[in-house]
Amino acid sequence: MRDNLIKYILGIADNSLILGQRLGELCGHGPNLETDIALTNISLDLLGQTRNYYQYIARLSGNNKTEDDIAFMRSEREYINVLLVEQPNDHFGYVIARQFYYDVFHYLLMQNLQNSSDETLAAIAKKGIKEVSYHLRFSSDWIKRLGDGTKESHQKIQEAIDDRWVYTNELFMKTEADELLINEGVGVNVLDFKEAYYQKVSQVLEEATLTVPDEKYYQKGGKEGIHSEHMGYILAELQYMQKSYPNLKW
Amino acid sequence: MILKKQLIEKELISVLKTVSDPEIPVLTILDMGVVREAREVNGIVKVNITPTYSGCPAMDVIGDDIIKAFDDVGKKATVELTLSPAWTTDWITLEGRKALEDYGVAPPLNPTADKEVLLEEKRMVTCPNCKSTKTVVVSQFGSTACKALFKCEDCKEPFDYFKCL
Repeated sequence: MRDNLIKYILGIADNSLILGQRLGELCGHGPNLETDIALTNISLDLLGQTRNYYQYIARLSGNNKTEDDIAFMRSEREYINVLLVEQPNDHFGYVIARQFYYDVFHYLLMQNLQNSSDETLAAIAKKGIKEVSYHLRFSSDWIKRLGDGTKESHQKIQEAIDDRWVYTNELFMKTEADELLINEGVGVNVLDFKEAYYQKVSQVLEEATLTVPDEKYYQKGGKEGIHSEHMGYILAELQYMQKSYPNLKW
Repeated sequence: MILKKQLIEKELISVLKTVSDPEIPVLTILDMGVVREAREVNGIVKVNITPTYSGCPAMDVIGDDIIKAFDDVGKKATVELTLSPAWTTDWITLEGRKALEDYGVAPPLNPTADKEVLLEEKRMVTCPNCKSTKTVVVSQFGSTACKALFKCEDCKEPFDYFKCL
């Protein structure tokens, strides 16, 4: 039970860590000051949520394990984030498309996780949902602004929306730990809100005068630890300090 | 409505009052409403605080500052974080709201109004500088995770607005 709970929490937390890290790369590189600050603020929220999850996992694990061990000392195959969050920033349209696809999911997940029978997870979700609603507002606004903007911005955001679409379905693939924890009343059944997810996504895209992709081929693997070629580079940067100077503290 | 339970021993208040938010030094941790519990048990002060924002880097500093403040008066203290019930901007006291405004940060409105001003549907945020409500949102995200950036169209000053949470 404990191992499954840890696995379940990691499945949520690793998404926040890797997306937070991706957004962190944009610090000082945003297209303008306000967006730069917004994206790094979102990154900070995600890393804060990650810390709450990892601290909880550290408590569950015992053996003097710390949040840093979990964040920095695992190998690539031990991270179980979805492929969507590790996709590169490429151009601003890609940053927004990835964020939007994740925010809609994240919001619905937090909404449901608030009712978890696990007190700590419910508490993290109750705090998280308020932050995530700001994220979702930000990314939805940008989808509309770019989609309904100039010819070039429309074309670029449509390109990103189409390319990242193949990663959305993995969000709704249940793992063994998911199944077990759902039965315990701890975990959220993501299939309960799959329809609501695609409805919300379509609604915003249509409002943005964008075409909703109809591709039925999807990518998967992250949840089993099988990542895209980008993951190694992310971890190289993320883990560098702790691997070079073990137990380093700021 | 979340019940606001605070168990703070009176004798400890004077020390806790000396600890402020490192980002907003005019706001004491008591005015922020983050101290949930402070008790002295067998000579050790146990303080329980609730994080404001998940990623707020100020929380680690606040924890260290509490320990130091008690150390200065010769007491040993331990600090623990409690996640539930989640902190909300409603817990900022009236004194805290006043201190924010005097400092140049517009205090949070209620959640509905917050949404309306951030989506530029209504103008309700009062400029802390000239008190005009002819203010517009520049960015929904500001200098720290808890703030949005506004500007006043009357006195032309940019200012921070403390977002509802």
